[in-house]
Amino acid sequence: MSIARFLPATVVGLILLFLAFPIVVVFVVSFSSATYLTFPPPGFDLRWYEAYFGSEDWLRPTWLSLWVAAAVVVLSTLLGTLASLGIARLPRALRVLATGLILSPLIVPVIVVAIGIYYAFSRYGLVGTPIAMVLAHTCLAVPFVVTSVSASLAGIDPRLEQAALSLGATPAGTFRQVTLPLIRPGVVVGALFAFITSFDELVVSLFLSGSGAVTLPRRMWDDLRFAIDPTIAAVSTLTIVLTAALLGGAHLLRKRAEGR
Amino acid sequence: MSEVAQSPTLVIPLGAAKAPTFAWRRAAPILLAAPLLIYMLVFYALPVLSMLLRSVNDPIWTLSHYAGLIDDTVFLKTFWITLHTSVIVTLGTLLLGYPVALGLARARATAPLILIVILLPFWTSVLVRSYAWMVLLGRHGLINEALLATGLLERPLRILNTPLATQIAMIHILLPYMILPIANTLRQIDPSLVRAASGLGATPWKTFRQVILPLSMPGVAAGVLLVFVLALGFYITPAMVGGPRDITLSMLIAQQVDQLNWAYAATLSAVLLATALAIIAAARRLPGVGNALRMNMR
Repeated sequence: MSIARFLPATVVGLILLFLAFPIVVVFVVSFSSATYLTFPPPGFDLRWYEAYFGSEDWLRPTWLSLWVAAAVVVLSTLLGTLASLGIARLPRALRVLATGLILSPLIVPVIVVAIGIYYAFSRYGLVGTPIAMVLAHTCLAVPFVVTSVSASLAGIDPRLEQAALSLGATPAGTFRQVTLPLIRPGVVVGALFAFITSFDELVVSLFLSGSGAVTLPRRMWDDLRFAIDPTIAAVSTLTIVLTAALLGGAHLLRKRAEGR
Repeated sequence: MSEVAQSPTLVIPLGAAKAPTFAWRRAAPILLAAPLLIYMLVFYALPVLSMLLRSVNDPIWTLSHYAGLIDDTVFLKTFWITLHTSVIVTLGTLLLGYPVALGLARARATAPLILIVILLPFWTSVLVRSYAWMVLLGRHGLINEALLATGLLERPLRILNTPLATQIAMIHILLPYMILPIANTLRQIDPSLVRAASGLGATPWKTFRQVILPLSMPGVAAGVLLVFVLALGFYITPAMVGGPRDITLSMLIAQQVDQLNWAYAATLSAVLLATALAIIAAARRLPGVGNALRMNMR
């Protein structure tokens, strides 16, 4: 396209380098042989990965984060998918109201959400429990499920459902055999985003995790307050790899859905 | 319940069968949405609202907490730093984001690669990206080591724990929010308009200024809105890489909660929330912004 002429590619390249470089640096530092943070590293070593995989202090928060994220995926995907199906058919005024409530965590500053939930949960003794983390993270994850599922619902030809119904399928049968297969990629992509949202979440965790439910980001945060050794870089690299793998999966799903 | 009555293409039979089907059709969407709506009310909206209520009913119904902000120097300084940082970060992302959006919109073979470079940091946690900037900007970080090695510096620069570090890291973190909506509107520009402009003798710069730039404004407005509103609420990054005295509104709120000063924390939260909502309300009136935002959600 002719926009090409207006723009030296080097400028774009440099800005993209600015975007990618910090991630690359974390990656490289995680294999450093130095005991302190320095770049470029004097040599390469797997000691920080050994430190991570050998330490209960790191593995326990990792497992907790994985479990919380898994529970958030189940809860937010279930609630979010059902709600998306309903919202699409609500009268306009109600639909605007419901969408506003469900999507608002995307724009309300997360500190406000965090201390609001902390304020309410501390009255019921929920602070410091994994349940509190699941309940709170689900609020933050649901908008991603609803936007993703709603987008794939909007892409469905309504005549397909009408045809199934008029050919004698029950509403439940129509949902299972027509609607669900069509929105499945949207549901799965929403679930992946829900997982990443919970797994990476820090602000709410800072208030709700207490001493009883320390998640991985909270553990990293605590560590950064005291000493910054490259173990954090190793943990970061592992989370980046996990995120990239999930995003790659989401991308493949979308591609396959579009190809159909 | 008759199966035939379910088909909207057929005339709905009159009489007894009509009523339950019709009622069910009306009720089903509400029943499907209800679990999530109740969940969001109980675990999100009511907690936040009851917390915000502390700003007006602690210890009695009063507006004194809000009135007190007017000559509260700590609040005023914090609010100023928060707005100032958000403006700089928004301008920075716009400056760096627009060229990338142009590049992304025009790219063919390299588009997936550019998208990966944008999306991978986008979905990497704010904590990890802030940590990366600690590594880069520290006393023995890459920037200092490189400048020292080339002899440009004799002593390491102090960048980490300054406002500049916060601004650089926040620009890095929020850049994708600027790029994606702009790239979306650029991609929708009819190429024949661009061809017509150059065919009629416009220079590339003139075509850009008079055709491409105006048509991309909804995306620019959406990006500016997103980045500015998100920047207002930043907490992790300024706390990690920023200066010890450069406190943002979010950091002040967290501090007040730690001291169990709920009335003040709630008042500050209400101000932060109101600022964000006011900006969104104002921006939505601009033409095309709503559309550009909606596209970005997908």
